[in-house]
Amino acid sequence: MSDDRKRLVVVGNGMAAMRAVEALLSRAPSRYGITVIGAEPHANYNRIMLSSVLAGEKTVDEIVINPRGWYEDNAIALLTGRAVAAIDRAAKTVEIADGTKIPYDKLLLGTGSKPLAPPIPGLGLPGVHAFRDIADVEAMVAASRCYRRAVVIGGGLLGLEAAWGLKRRGMSVAVVHLMPTLMERQLDPTAGELLRRDLDNRGIAFFTDGQTEEILGSERAEGVVLADGRRIAADLVVLAIGIRPNIDLARAAGLDVNRGLLVGDDMRTSDPDIFAVGECIEHNGQVFGLVAPIWEQARVCGARLAGDEAAVYAPPPVFTSLKITGIDVFSAGALAAADEADEEITLHDARRGIYKKVILRDDRIVGSVLYGHVADGPWYVQLMREKTDVSAFRDKLVFGRAFADQAGAAAVPRIDVAAMADDEQVCDCNGVSKGRICETIRAKGLTTLDAVRAHTKASASCGSCTGKVEAILAHLGGAVAHRDDPAMCKCTDHGHDAVRRAIREQGLQTIAGVREALGWKTPDGCQKCRPALNYYLLCAWPETYRDDAQSRFVNERVHANIQKDGTFSVVPRLWGGLTNARELRAIADAAEKYAIPTVKVTGGQRIDLLGVRKEQLPSVWADLNQAGLVSGHAYGKALRTVKTCVGSEWCRFGTQDSTGLGVKIEKMCWGSWTPHKVKLAVSGCPRNCAEATIKDIGVICVESGYDVVVGGNGGVEVRVTDHLVRLATEAEVLEHVGAFMQLYREEARYLERTAPWVARVGIGYVRARIVADGTGRRALQSRFLAAQRMVQSDPWAQRAAGAEGHEYRPMAEID
Amino acid sequence: MSADTWIEVGRLDDVPRRGSRRVHGTDPNLPIAVFRTADDQVFALIDRCPHRAGPLSEGIVQGCAVACPLHGWVVRLDSGEAEAPDEGRVPVVPVRVERGRIWLAWSALRMIGPNPEGA
Ligand code: SRM
Ligand SMILES: Cc1cc2nc3c(=O)[nH]c(=O)nc-3n(C[C@H](O)[C@H](O)[C@H](O)COP(=O)(O)OP(=O)(O)OC[C@H]3O[C@@H](n4cnc5c(N)ncnc54)[C@H](O)[C@@H]3O)c2cc1C
Ligand code: SF4
Ligand code: FES
Repeated sequence: MSDDRKRLVVVGNGMAAMRAVEALLSRAPSRYGITVIGAEPHANYNRIMLSSVLAGEKTVDEIVINPRGWYEDNAIALLTGRAVAAIDRAAKTVEIADGTKIPYDKLLLGTGSKPLAPPIPGLGLPGVHAFRDIADVEAMVAASRCYRRAVVIGGGLLGLEAAWGLKRRGMSVAVVHLMPTLMERQLDPTAGELLRRDLDNRGIAFFTDGQTEEILGSERAEGVVLADGRRIAADLVVLAIGIRPNIDLARAAGLDVNRGLLVGDDMRTSDPDIFAVGECIEHNGQVFGLVAPIWEQARVCGARLAGDEAAVYAPPPVFTSLKITGIDVFSAGALAAADEADEEITLHDARRGIYKKVILRDDRIVGSVLYGHVADGPWYVQLMREKTDVSAFRDKLVFGRAFADQAGAAAVPRIDVAAMADDEQVCDCNGVSKGRICETIRAKGLTTLDAVRAHTKASASCGSCTGKVEAILAHLGGAVAHRDDPAMCKCTDHGHDAVRRAIREQGLQTIAGVREALGWKTPDGCQKCRPALNYYLLCAWPETYRDDAQSRFVNERVHANIQKDGTFSVVPRLWGGLTNARELRAIADAAEKYAIPTVKVTGGQRIDLLGVRKEQLPSVWADLNQAGLVSGHAYGKALRTVKTCVGSEWCRFGTQDSTGLGVKIEKMCWGSWTPHKVKLAVSGCPRNCAEATIKDIGVICVESGYDVVVGGNGGVEVRVTDHLVRLATEAEVLEHVGAFMQLYREEARYLERTAPWVARVGIGYVRARIVADGTGRRALQSRFLAAQRMVQSDPWAQRAAGAEGHEYRPMAEID
Repeated sequence: MSADTWIEVGRLDDVPRRGSRRVHGTDPNLPIAVFRTADDQVFALIDRCPHRAGPLSEGIVQGCAVACPLHGWVVRLDSGEAEAPDEGRVPVVPVRVERGRIWLAWSALRMIGPNPEGA
């Protein structure tokens, strides 16, 4: 490039340096000819999201921040897969490992950090990996395909995210941690213990107070030995014990270093032409491992490079949250009272797995630790950052912002969107400013959080800025949902949980009554809230509530599945997948008589008649009823199928009568309305031919009884069930299944299947309610059976006999 | 409008509040959906969603609009227009309600040609 602009050379194509370059470009797009040299073979990506890539929730492509085209668009020369080997400050050049020299006027170092390794034998064995970059993740994913057991050394944020990712990839995982509690730098012992319990429930084993002494193995890692003699077998060992600033290059160049590369408030090193940002630096005795302060450094550095000599760095308060789906942890500032002058306010609901602690000094928040319910985290951080005097609402503080607001605490400050500068960074993961969010909302007319996420990426990664994004959206007139209990739809700001509570507590009996009591914004509601309200009322008042047909989706209203051409399908119930000659004959006869175009065996062990015209439905049903066939509810948010295998009746491996038990369960559960569809299966032995481990409820028969598993799903996002309990008798199985059905019916949100519900509340909670609490379980089961008495009559028979006749006839025919 | 020929298709009470009934017209591919809102206003549309011809008569009626059962487009009952962000329009059939009886405009029924998408 033969231009006479100053040359800026950037070493390290990572999050900090590229953010600084972005900040520079936004202020002075053509001040420098820029060259970026990065050791990794990739464009700049979001390192934070490596955890999600490992867990299989994101692909490498999805975490790229600046694709190669971005460098081209900004005329940046990009050298990837090339490490800088030396800096010659006198000649003002950097030298790449292959000997190429590149001259600079200004140099920016963003070399990040190196994973720490414990001083133990075996580190160099194949199968031992750090968790730092894409190459590490690719190696771990490859290992998870051919090996089964993993040990993660380190129970901090990184270690736990690695453990969870490997668990999601099907490995059995143990975590070795030096300290007695997990994430001790971010969590207090109580929260650390809750976290351990939840991860334990998800099948991760823990070895705390464990000092690793050696990695075993000759050809490849085979396990680890701890100082107290414990041995853990493993084919993959992941090191996640910490990081150290990567300052080799800076030290060799004679720059001032301590733990990190020393910089001042202006992000300059001891050489005024050399800047540095990110995990490689040390500022005021502090080194860094989270992006929030790094973004601030990048902003200052970019401004300085652009010629703004006024920009100075002041570290913002940092907070941590763990990116493990379904586990909510948040911490900011102090973890505990430092002395007697400090105060701690705590709320601890062990059964629901909720813990909140706020630490106060002189009526100001100096720290908070949240577990299980973290929506208020950003609010506490804001109060902390703004040093707000909280004495006026301290009695409500720990219950969160919604409660404090509701209680009329006028003093509660909200996120002040109007006061935010347009260039203020809102989403730290994806680097989205307030200005860009506002612009996009206006230009695209966005109204929901999801839409803003889709269009701007703001809050689409770790989610910790969701509160701010919602505040901006609300400021511009969009719908705000409380993160923990999202608004049901555009008709109301109330979330599902709040509405259900109000129905019970205020004894609301009709959809119109709910709308009135809770101040609905639309007169009729919409296709989202009406079916939900109809279900909530039905579940709350099974004996008195009158179902509102006009609030049912067409399938449930007419008891058949609408097809793309407006015809319907008919799926009769085949109990436990069993049928007989008489039923098959009736199905065949109906298919012939009504010229039904398609007859298909479904994935749920039943037979589907497709392409039936609406007017034909009542007569088709009447014919099927003659043979004893009833509705299979294939159209409803309701009990669908109970798949079974042949079991001990016929199969040479069967341990119990899985078919018979499946039929009993189906007879108990059929007809029930549920938040979303419910599918069950009973397998006769652990070979599991009925695929019970991806069902909402599964039973797997074993020699000594029955394993009940719950929360599985084989649909859009496959989820393997969690083990609920092992039982000895069929009667016990029926009791537990009924209780689980009712707990799900009473507590899940409409359209939330058991898989996301169990992931949200935690299997520990479900076990506490269904297994540990016998009285509670029996009460749930009897509420279920009571509700079932109201619904177990065949809707097809009623309609074949003339009920709702107007549904199936046109009002008039004109000719 | 009143010069038109009006055809009686049924009584107001034949259509459930916040519901719809179908009228089969001369063209079997162009059934008509007659809607009744919560406040007893009556509207009629050709029963084919502007999106992919879904039967609007099977949708959930809300205010002066209906949500199509197939993919959730919301169509205005008075204008036949899809609500943003979706775009499209389905022909409106003029309606009169007199003494509890519903009448449709005959000429409008005949003027509506075959659906551009075909049947
Ligand atoms: C008929 C059938 C396919 C077949 O020909 O085999 C089928 C057909 C439909 N499935 Fe299915 N699913 C059928 C078995 C399954 C299975 C397999 C199973 O049940 O073992 C699954 C995966 C297992 C699971 O649900 O965990 C399955 C996962 C889905 C999903 C994704 C659910 C999820 O939570 O991710 C949907 C979408 C939804 O429900 O929102 C869906 C939705 C549908 C709908 C209802 C879509 C719709 O709204 O029109 C289809 C219409 C059925 C109709 O008109 O009759 N279907 N569907 C199967 C009926 C089984 C039965 O006898 O009732
Ligand atoms: C798995 C994981 C999860 C994380 N989760 C979170 C989280 O939830 N929240 C949070 O705030 N932070 C998280 N972090 C930390 C965050 O990713 C880092 O703080 C951030 O990436 C640091 O940015 P950086 O630019 O300083 O370093 P990096 O992003 O590491 O970039 C440094 C780059 O410099 C390159 N480099 C080094 N030396 C040379 C050389 N001599 N020549 C050329 N190139 C060189 C490296 O290859 C690297 O690409 C996580 C980190 C990991 C690994
Ligand atoms: S699960 Fe067991 S009992 Fe059932 S068919 Fe398979 S092997 Fe036989
Ligand atoms: S056909 Fe109506 S929304 Fe698709």
